[in-house]
Amino acid sequence: MKLKKNIATSESGFIFNPATGDSYSANPVGSDIILLMKDNKSIAEIKKNITSKYDVDDSQFDKDYDDLLAQLRDNNLLEH
Amino acid sequence: MAKLKYERPVIKKLNAGLMNKFGTRTEFEPVKHIDGVAVKSLIEKYGSPVFVISERQMRRNYQNAVRSFKTRYPKVQFAWSYKTNYINAVCNVFHQEGSWGEVVSGFEYNKALRNGVPGNKIIFNGPDKSEQDLRDAIKNDSLIHIDHFDELYSLISLCETINAKPRVAIRVNMDTGIYPMWDRFGFNYENGSAWNAIQKIIGSGKLRLVGLHSHIGTFMLAPSAYSVAASKLCDLMWHCKNQHNLQLQYIDLGGGFPSQNTLKGSYLPGTDTVPSIDEFAEAITTTILNFGFKTEELPLLILETGRALIDDAGYLLGSVLANKRLADGRRATIMDFGVNIMFTSFWYDHKISPAQDFTHHTEDQVVYGPLCMNIDCIRESVSLPLLNRGDHVVVHKVGAYNMTQWMQFIAMRPNVVMIDMEQTPHLIRRAEKLDDIVSLEEMPAYLKKIDLK
Repeated sequence: MKLKKNIATSESGFIFNPATGDSYSANPVGSDIILLMKDNKSIAEIKKNITSKYDVDDSQFDKDYDDLLAQLRDNNLLEH
Repeated sequence: MAKLKYERPVIKKLNAGLMNKFGTRTEFEPVKHIDGVAVKSLIEKYGSPVFVISERQMRRNYQNAVRSFKTRYPKVQFAWSYKTNYINAVCNVFHQEGSWGEVVSGFEYNKALRNGVPGNKIIFNGPDKSEQDLRDAIKNDSLIHIDHFDELYSLISLCETINAKPRVAIRVNMDTGIYPMWDRFGFNYENGSAWNAIQKIIGSGKLRLVGLHSHIGTFMLAPSAYSVAASKLCDLMWHCKNQHNLQLQYIDLGGGFPSQNTLKGSYLPGTDTVPSIDEFAEAITTTILNFGFKTEELPLLILETGRALIDDAGYLLGSVLANKRLADGRRATIMDFGVNIMFTSFWYDHKISPAQDFTHHTEDQVVYGPLCMNIDCIRESVSLPLLNRGDHVVVHKVGAYNMTQWMQFIAMRPNVVMIDMEQTPHLIRRAEKLDDIVSLEEMPAYLKKIDLK
């Protein structure tokens, strides 16, 4: 799953979709994951990065990562 | 290096200036303690979910209500409404404060007697009093509030057989400007039914009519309605004096004062809209004092306030079982408590606070209970901080009716704990066990053996 190319992100968690004009705010974990996705990191790399930075186990991360993808999909921020 | 605290990832669409149906964020601080006792320690010791009652808040509410009335009127008596919460420890806090007992069934009546309430300080309301209930109430000199003519006639014939003259009052229903009108209880004022009942009581010579009772509704938000009710009861009392030379001793205005919970569909929260108990006291006492009674003839004013005295003293502590996303993208949080033990979530939007630190990020969500039933919804739409599985929450203002209307449905009812004035928790009702429930069942012999091999 990849973010749409035109989506703008900032380190503070601000997300902007220039195609629709919609803007979003992400919490720190969400922001970190989205920035890693923007850098085209693989799921394994994202997982390693997040689980080493935050106090979370692999299974919790997997569940929440899938949920974040669902949120991004619902908001039309992912490539089809 | 220590890892950072994790919070599940979330994005939130930014809307400038538009309201949404979830409302704005309401939680700014976690509720980690109740009366100085850590929520975490309460859950560790008593399990999750667990009801917690603050004795301090109960006594504060009672003393505040008494002060509101007694500073305005010379003769006031509160009677604890058992149906609101009849756990014995709760009842006895109010009885220690000086409250009589107000009951609506033989079960509640016997509970009050067992708690040590003298029979002559128990008010027996309600439409269902068995002959045995009436016999007990007569024997104990309790105040019997007659609800309908069938009860009136059976009481008269009972008194003929046992040669007793019990103290009675009639319940009066009336139009106070509040709709729907509660006319299913008692005798109607406007159509003359109440006066007819009074005449029959006096004419029978078998009963001592000592008071008048009304209970105009529940969660009443208009103090003026009580003013109308007090005026109509005073009118009946006046007529008793003038036409029958009968001086009644008391007027009982029942209950119905609201707590500060927020009713579903309300635009503003209950804390902003619910009148204070002072406003009700002012409306009621001013009406009685201005009616024209001589000072020595002023009736005792009885109040059966329940909800307003206990609701905000009760908390429900619970935990997050799971998070999920619904088909339409909404977040759903599943708690370990449902409508089975929080009956009031059918009509209140209960405030829910996380019991641990959280960030400023929130998510619009539906809060469900654990029951395998579609109706088990605690909050249909609420903006809450991000909760993880295992996180604890505190539900506020659940002291009234939940611990009496709760259902043993699918799961057992949990522990109830009271935190005393010295901040020490006491178990006042233990959680149910399977044996408690099964012990009530009987198995026919031919069904005892099953073979599924």
